[in-house]
Amino acid sequence: MTQTQTAVTTQTQGKEGLLTAFLRATEIDARMLGMFGALILIWVGFHEYGAIFNNNGAFLTYRNLWNLSVQTASIAVMATGMVLIIVTRHIDLSVGSVLGVTAMITGAAQVWIFPKVLGLGLGHPMIWILAVIVALVVATAIGAFQGLLVAYLQIPSFIVTLGGMLVWRGAAWWVTRGETISPLDPNFKLIGGGPYGAIGVTASWVVAIVVCVLIILSLIAGRRQRQRFGFPLRPVWAEVFIAVLGSVLVLGAAYIANNYPWPAGIVKEYATSHNIPVPPGGLFIGHGFAIPVLIAGAVLIVMTFIANRTRFGRYVFAIGGNPEAAELAGINTKRMTVMVFALMGTLVGISAIIASARLNSATADLGKVDELYVIAAAVIGGTSLAGGSGTIWGAMLGALVMQSLQSGMVLIGFEAAMQQMVVGGVLVVAVWLDTVYRRRIK
Amino acid sequence: MNANIGNPHNGATPLVEMRDISIAFGGIKAVDHASVDLFPGEVVGLLGHNGAGKSTLIKILSGAYPRDSGQIRINGEEVQIGNPRDAKAYGIETIYQTLALADNVDAAANLFLGRELLTSWGTLDDAAMEAEARKVMGRLNPNFRRFKEPVKALSGGQRQSVAIARAILFNARILIMDEPTAALGPHETAQVGELIKELKKDGIGIFLISHDIHDVFDLADRVAVMKNGQVVGYAKTTEVTKDEVLGMIILGKCPPNAIRGPGAID
Repeated sequence: MTQTQTAVTTQTQGKEGLLTAFLRATEIDARMLGMFGALILIWVGFHEYGAIFNNNGAFLTYRNLWNLSVQTASIAVMATGMVLIIVTRHIDLSVGSVLGVTAMITGAAQVWIFPKVLGLGLGHPMIWILAVIVALVVATAIGAFQGLLVAYLQIPSFIVTLGGMLVWRGAAWWVTRGETISPLDPNFKLIGGGPYGAIGVTASWVVAIVVCVLIILSLIAGRRQRQRFGFPLRPVWAEVFIAVLGSVLVLGAAYIANNYPWPAGIVKEYATSHNIPVPPGGLFIGHGFAIPVLIAGAVLIVMTFIANRTRFGRYVFAIGGNPEAAELAGINTKRMTVMVFALMGTLVGISAIIASARLNSATADLGKVDELYVIAAAVIGGTSLAGGSGTIWGAMLGALVMQSLQSGMVLIGFEAAMQQMVVGGVLVVAVWLDTVYRRRIK
Repeated sequence: MNANIGNPHNGATPLVEMRDISIAFGGIKAVDHASVDLFPGEVVGLLGHNGAGKSTLIKILSGAYPRDSGQIRINGEEVQIGNPRDAKAYGIETIYQTLALADNVDAAANLFLGRELLTSWGTLDDAAMEAEARKVMGRLNPNFRRFKEPVKALSGGQRQSVAIARAILFNARILIMDEPTAALGPHETAQVGELIKELKKDGIGIFLISHDIHDVFDLADRVAVMKNGQVVGYAKTTEVTKDEVLGMIILGKCPPNAIRGPGAID
């Protein structure tokens, strides 16, 4: 009896030890694991719920997952900037309104100003390029302006951006006195996704393979660097595991995107215009990665690089950890604040492009309550509201969790009121779980 | 005031000379026409009660506060110190009472905060910084192994050694230590004492700030005592007793072997 008990205890201890040892060797964050677990639970849960109660498990389908990726892009892009804002102990409540006014100005510019004033023909490639530049410049300027108020006039960011939320929403209405601008430039529209706004099967595989190669190269470079200084190294199996895991995720995403076919109508239209004969069984044309998803992916990489590998990122975290120490270390914390808000603005500009392109129209209501989803995504992704800690990938994953919940509830037919309540509840529970986790590891 | 405040090196140029420094916050004169100096290889203890103005005076030297009036000279040349970056450019390094560490990043990131090593691509060279951190920490605290953890996970002594390492990493010529042993146990305090002696040998001038005379008396060559923002007096530790210095701190009374400052009472 005693013997078996001992045996059992040793076994469980061995098991726990294995998991801990595994996490340590691979340097995978337990929180990251938890988020992935939650995401898979949500996905499978909605799918099974649909399968059982509605006789239609619609969640884990190529179509839904592709749509999910497109719907997440706009919030995910802004969430990466919100991480840096919250890390520096600020908040930005104005992102939804800034998105609105930026989209309106960009819409007005590409539909009214560029074709009529500059005399560019409809669909001229300069139109979308100029529109993108306008969006980025407008949103960055607004962000920088709010940052100036926070840093140099020392108005709390909560107040500056609360005011901004109202001011910029009003400004969005004023651009056209409430009129919706639609349709947008046909090239600009592609940035929002859709069958023509996806890069196709071959290009998607190429992108996926390039990303896999980059993952492997960066792992090798990191290892070489540590070898050069004689630091402790990760075991080789752990490196291989991370490389394989990363590659499988990227290739899997490409596989899903490539298996979502174009709708028959679009195929027909495309086939006729390109003189391709359509076989009797129909022609399969996969979507591949949507352009907004690729943009979000690029933002993930660039923002992770900024946060982890540049002085700017290092200062952001140092200021969040101890503003006084950062100041004493000679960091210009005021200028940093302006730069962080300006960067947030740039990201809002990107999201404004994605969101208006996806709708193919600019409305004064675009981006309403986005600020709350963006903040929620960052917080669910492990960003501490006390400042000083947070990750870019976490915020993106947080955005994916939020969007999964929302579109999952739409698929199983929950009412809008119910959706709001669930999302709100999940936010609170997620932060509670995170608090418990943080207390545990201390 | 004379140029040689208790000058032990007759005629030599002081490393640091702060003359007639004043600063007021609101209506309160935190530092009132205070002067101190410091020579190479010398340890000067800056003593006084809490609120006597010693930390404020020294924060003017380290660039944390701008002075209202007065002069600062480094090696005899007048300098303008407007921010911590200026001070560091003159080789002035400070270990603050609060340690001033960013708790959420690791030891190497703290050591190089504001002076990061960069790769040829302009990105952070974390490996090189960690290597340097291992070197300097190996000298200060050979048992230190926790290079990957944020400094908030470290013990008080370990955090202190990170703060000290940061100050000596960049070849400081002038070191300011504000209550360096306040958070330390006896063993660690002794370690800091050893370190100070070693730094002295290298010709570094050290300001040691404390409200506790016992922390400072054995390590310092001279003391300057402040009270209510004014300097009570200066004395060589070999020429006065601890009790006399205590009298300066508490009563503002200047003993015969000390040099009187403007804050002395009769």
